[in-house]
Amino acid sequence: MKTKSMLAIGLVAMPFAAQAQTEISWWHAMTGANAEVVEKMASDFNATQSDYVVKPVFKGTYPETLNAGIAAFRAGQAPDIIQVFDVGTGVMMGAEGAIKPVAQLLTENGATFDKSQYLPGIVAYYSNPAGEMLSFPYNSSSPILYYNKDIFEKAGLDVDNPPKTWEAVWAAARQIKESGAATCGYTSTWLTWIHTENFAAWNNTAWGTNENGLSGIPELKLDSDTYVKHFQTLADLAKEGVFVYGGRTSEAKQNFTSGECGILTESSGGLGDIVKAGINYGIGQLPYDATVEGAPQNTIPGGASLWVMGGKSDETYKGVAAFFNYLSQTEVQQFLHEQSGYLPVTMAAYEASKASGFYEQNPAREVPITQMMGKAPTENSKGVRAPNLPQIRDILNEEFEQMLAGQQDAATALKTAVERGNTAIRDAAGG
Amino acid sequence: MRRTVFPHKVLPWLLLAPQLAITLIFFYWPAAQAFRQSVLKEDPFGLSSTFVGLANFRKVLSDPNYLNALQVTVVFSLLVAFGALAIALFLAVQAEKIIRGKGFYRTMMIWPYAVAPAIAGMLWLFMFNPSFGTLAWPLRQLGIQWNPLLDGGDAMALVVAAATWKQISYNFLFFVAGLQAIPKSLLEAAAIDGASRRHAFWTVVFPLLAPTTFFLLVVNTVYALFDTFGIIHAVTGGGPGKATETLVYKVYNDGFVNLIMGDSAAQSVILMVIVIALTAFQFRFIERRVHYA
Repeated sequence: MKTKSMLAIGLVAMPFAAQAQTEISWWHAMTGANAEVVEKMASDFNATQSDYVVKPVFKGTYPETLNAGIAAFRAGQAPDIIQVFDVGTGVMMGAEGAIKPVAQLLTENGATFDKSQYLPGIVAYYSNPAGEMLSFPYNSSSPILYYNKDIFEKAGLDVDNPPKTWEAVWAAARQIKESGAATCGYTSTWLTWIHTENFAAWNNTAWGTNENGLSGIPELKLDSDTYVKHFQTLADLAKEGVFVYGGRTSEAKQNFTSGECGILTESSGGLGDIVKAGINYGIGQLPYDATVEGAPQNTIPGGASLWVMGGKSDETYKGVAAFFNYLSQTEVQQFLHEQSGYLPVTMAAYEASKASGFYEQNPAREVPITQMMGKAPTENSKGVRAPNLPQIRDILNEEFEQMLAGQQDAATALKTAVERGNTAIRDAAGG
Repeated sequence: MRRTVFPHKVLPWLLLAPQLAITLIFFYWPAAQAFRQSVLKEDPFGLSSTFVGLANFRKVLSDPNYLNALQVTVVFSLLVAFGALAIALFLAVQAEKIIRGKGFYRTMMIWPYAVAPAIAGMLWLFMFNPSFGTLAWPLRQLGIQWNPLLDGGDAMALVVAAATWKQISYNFLFFVAGLQAIPKSLLEAAAIDGASRRHAFWTVVFPLLAPTTFFLLVVNTVYALFDTFGIIHAVTGGGPGKATETLVYKVYNDGFVNLIMGDSAAQSVILMVIVIALTAFQFRFIERRVHYA
C-alpha cells in the first residue's frame, strides 16, 4: 500500500521535475571514439547545471544525418542542434528561416561573442558574406601528408624530411616505385577536398568566382592552367602505377596502412587509424605547387559544425547558448583537441595546449593548425561554398575517375566538370 | 457458371480493411507524393516551392546522364536476370541427378538467399577490392588488370556477379520444385523413344518448366531493377564515373545526396511507368507462350 502511494506521488511529481529541465536534442554523425567524446561532452555539460539536458542522438553518416534533419524539419520535428559536415554548409546557409545563426543566438542570450577568440580560418569558413558566424565549429580538421618511414628508407629517401612541394612528392613517389620499395608511390583520400578545394586555398588559386562562392554564387574556375597541369601529372602517374586511386572518400587510407603506398595525403582526423595500423609513419605539411606565386598560403578546414534549427522556444535557445558556451571553455576545447585529434576552435585552447607541452610530445598535431593559420586568408583561401557542393564533388569525382582510367586527359576532364558543375550550380541557385 | 453470393455487406470490407489500409498508406500515398513533388521545384527544406509543370520531366529526359543510367539499367538487369536464371536452372538440373546427400546439397545452395543485399555487396567487395581483396591479388598475378575502382567494365562485372549470386538461391529453390513436379513417366517415354538426355531436357523438361521460368523472369527483373540498390550502394556507389549508376541509384543520388527533390521525384514517376509497362508486357506477350499444366 505504501509503495503504491509512493509510486503515485512519484508519477505525479515526475512531470514537474521533467518540466524544470529543458531538453535539448543534438543529432550527430560521430562513431567509435568520436561518439564517446560526444557523449562525454553532453553528460559533462548536464552535470555542470540542472536547467538543461543535452541529449545526443546518433543519426548515421554525415549525409544521412543531414537528410534526417531535413526530413524532420519538413515534418515539423527538427532537432535543436544538428551536426552538419563541411560540404553541407552551403545547403544550411541557403535555408534562411530554417536555421538560427549561432552568433545571433549567443549575443541574444547574454553570452559575449567575440570572433577574435576563435581560430580565424575556421570562423571564416562558417560565416556568411557579412561576417556573421552561422554555425558552431565542432570538429575541424585539415589535410596533411603522411609518409611511411620504412619505405622511405628502403627507397633511399630522406626519412626526416618529407617532400614539401608537389614536384618533390612526384619525384619521391617515382623513386619509391622504381626502387621497388613499394608497389605504389603516392595515394590520396578525398581528391575533391584535398586536390581542388584545399589546393585552391593552399596555392592561392581561385576554385571559383565570388571568393570561391563565399560572397555569392560561384562560377567554377577549376579549368585554369595550374589545375590542368596538376591533374595531368596525376593522370600520368596513375598510368605509370606510381599514383594509385583508392576511391572518392577515405578509402585510400587502406592503401597506405597496408604498406602498399609510401605517401598519403589525408585529413588530420585520419591520424587515429594510421596510429592503430602500427606502421612507422611520419607527418608533413600538405604539399604545395612551388610554381605558383604566394604558395603556400593557408589550408581550409573540413569536418563538421553544429547548426541550431530555427523556430524553437527562447528557453531552448538559452540552453543551446549555455551548451555552446560550455563547449568554448578552454579546458573543454583542450580536451576535445587532445583526445580526438580535432582542431581546437579557440585561440585560448590552442595556447593552452602549446603551454602544456602537448605539441612537443606530438609535433604532428600542430601541423594542421599552423597550416591553417599561416597567413591571413585571401579571397581564394577562406573556404569553398556552393548551394550544392555535394553534387559538385560528385561531378568532379566522376570526371576524375574517367581521367584516371585513361579515357580523357586532364584538360578535358576539368573542362567538362566545370561545364557540368556550373550548370548544376545555376540550377540549384535558381530554385 | 453461378456466382456465389455472400449475405454480408460489411464483413468483407472489414476483413479487407487492414490490407487496404496498408496498401493505401504504404503504396498509394507515397506514390501520390511522388507525383506531387515531380511537378514542383523545391529547396531541400521545403521553404519555397513553385509549380513548374512538366519541366522536371523535360530536364530529366534530356539529361544525357539519365539516358546513360537507362542504358546501364538495361545491361545490368539483363545480365543479372538471365545469369541468375541460367545458372540456377543448371544447378537445379544437376541437383536432381544426385542420389546421396541431396538435402545437404540443396540447403547449401539456398542459404545465400538469407544474406542481405548490402552484406552480399560487402562480401564481394572484400574479395575483389583491388588493394585488399583476397581474390584481387591472384587475378593480378595472372596478369589481369583488375581495377573496379577505375574500370567501368570491371565494376559492372563485380556488381552483376554479386547481384546474380544472391538471386541464384531463390531461383534454384523454384526450379527444384518445378523439376519435381514433372512426371517421371514423360522422361521415361522420351528415353524409350530414343531421345538423348539433352534432347529430352529441351523438348520435355524445359517447356514443362515454363510457368516457373516465367514467374522467375518477372521476379528477377523486378529484383534486378529495385532490390539491387544495396549491392550497388555498398560496392561501387554508382561509379566509377557513372558506369554502374542504375535508374534506382540515380533517384537516390539526386534526391538524397544532391537534394534535388523535383528531379528525383520525376525520375521515380518515370520508373513507376517503366515497371508497370514492363510487367504488363511480360504478362501480355510472354505469358501467352506459357503452358500451365
